Amino acid sequence: MVNPYIPYPVRIDEIKTETEDKSLKTFKFVFLNPEDEEKFAYRAGQFAELSIPGLGEIPIGIASSPVEKGFVKFTIFKTGKVTSYLHSMKEGDIMGIRGPLGNWYPWDLLEGKNVVIIGGGFAFTTLRSSIIYMLDPENRKKFKDIHVIYGARSPGMLLYKEELEQWAARDDLNMHITVDGTDDPEWKHHTGFVPTITEQEAPAGTEDTYAIVCGPPVMIKFTQPVLDKLGYTDDRIIMSLENRMKCGIGMCGRCNIGKEFVCKDGPVFTLRQLNQTPKEY
Amino acid sequence: MKVIKIDKNEWASGLEKLRSAYELIGPVKEKFYHAFQSLESGQQPDMDYINTRVSPKYVIYPQSELILECSLNENDEDYKIYKEPEKEYTPKAILGIRPCDADSFSLVRRNFDTEEYKDPYWLRAYASTTFVGLACDQPCPTCFCSSAGSGPYSDNNLDILLADNGDHYLARVLTEKGKKLASAAGWSQEAGDEADQQIEQKKQEAESAIQSSVKTDKLASQSLLDLYDATNAIWEKEAFSCINCGTCTFVCPTCWCFDVQDEVAGKKGYRIRNWDSCMYPLFTMHASGHNPRGTKVDRLRQRFMHKLKYYVDKYENGIQCTGCGRCVQLCPVNIDIRRICNMLNSYDPESCTCEVTAS
Repeated sequence: MVNPYIPYPVRIDEIKTETEDKSLKTFKFVFLNPEDEEKFAYRAGQFAELSIPGLGEIPIGIASSPVEKGFVKFTIFKTGKVTSYLHSMKEGDIMGIRGPLGNWYPWDLLEGKNVVIIGGGFAFTTLRSSIIYMLDPENRKKFKDIHVIYGARSPGMLLYKEELEQWAARDDLNMHITVDGTDDPEWKHHTGFVPTITEQEAPAGTEDTYAIVCGPPVMIKFTQPVLDKLGYTDDRIIMSLENRMKCGIGMCGRCNIGKEFVCKDGPVFTLRQLNQTPKEY
Repeated sequence: MKVIKIDKNEWASGLEKLRSAYELIGPVKEKFYHAFQSLESGQQPDMDYINTRVSPKYVIYPQSELILECSLNENDEDYKIYKEPEKEYTPKAILGIRPCDADSFSLVRRNFDTEEYKDPYWLRAYASTTFVGLACDQPCPTCFCSSAGSGPYSDNNLDILLADNGDHYLARVLTEKGKKLASAAGWSQEAGDEADQQIEQKKQEAESAIQSSVKTDKLASQSLLDLYDATNAIWEKEAFSCINCGTCTFVCPTCWCFDVQDEVAGKKGYRIRNWDSCMYPLFTMHASGHNPRGTKVDRLRQRFMHKLKYYVDKYENGIQCTGCGRCVQLCPVNIDIRRICNMLNSYDPESCTCEVTAS
């Protein structure tokens, strides 16, 4: 019997501070046992439990992409007990990861379709995973137009800045970067909230266009009416939820929204599915 | 099915024989109440008990259980690498478990034994346990097992069912595990042709002695969101007196929610799982402070919707309750699952009413 509670041991290979306020760091992990990397085969949109022995576990979306080999990456916001400790850890330290957990963005369904990715703040992690996956030379041809709308409070709060610039320079991806405000006269991207930029830049919600939305509740609240207006039906709006979790495998009982578990039946749901569940997230 | 007759003195001597092969667990009176306990040598279970305050779920699923451990000594090769602790799953027998409590394990199993994931701790403990049930002849006023998918003589999830027949037990041996235990105890006397009929008659008497019931026939066809949204009609009124003490969840044989905590002692790290309760605000509180079930109305609704609607819809196998009545007996403010179940069953969103009135 496979014990689903045992984490794979990993070593912190690299730590990168992402944002100017230092509240977000990206951790690159390498598996101590190479065979564990194969067992950890994941799809973009899944998450894992990061485990610090003696301290606890936290569920975090996987920021690296299945097409990136040899490591896994997570971008972590310093907020609670485990994440604060994690921010004090060093390269070379040993910890654990358990997963991959949950479902993923519906890649089979999205083949042959236009995809609009709408992200805000530090919820951009599994969206990074998705973009890298779709831009992979093997995969890019599977999708039609790709739009990415990504916003943060200020330029210094954007994640993955170098990659964002590389994506902005590509001609097979429509990149719309925005910030709430900036006093940088050199800023060459948008200024304004994500819902506003979505209204200006997102394509119309045709039958073969899907939106993936991931961000803070306030962004989701104001983006949804914009998508409605653009013609996106609730089965073409895909969202990723988070709730407090412990086990990550649908057993401990706390992350449910109605009869669905965010950890096992989600975290990815269509808006149509969410419209049929209690709003307990 | 084989029925055997166990004289009560043979019962006592048989238990002594079982001790070499099984850890025996049975009802014991502790001050004012009964509890399931490991029986010491020579100690007999008190088979005249009505029911225990806390259910025997802890035998399979301890209130606090070590699930992983690791070294925190930097010089050790497996420093900070969590491993499964070595545990022995020696055979256990729960003696005199009531049919409602035994049945609860088959309900809970649906949570711990799924297609994708298996909880090894629960499943190993379950596999190593033999369930020797004691049919109920004196149900409590709070018992409603017969309308909750169980019954005073239900043999769901039992290996042996005992019926008390004065100076002896009539025992239905139901499974291979049951046969093994009976033969290890030396209980083999055939009960005779009339035994089945005797049990049947006792069963009917017991069933007719049960005074309360729940209606569940319409739960599956009710709209989940309609029931959830019955805030004014049901949830606010029911939650008004609730103090979120969590007693209902701790005494319930079918409540399985747990928390996972890490602890450090000396140079070792331990990961432990503990029973948790949906009645507590921390259960769902995000690290950001946001809480999806931030009010007691939310939390009370979660408990009853889980048992009476989410579970019904998810497994299509009845309610997540066996009618043991503990939560009804022990709730300090008299919240009654029978009343809530009947309200949900008959709820009509058009008129915002149900046949039963919220108290």
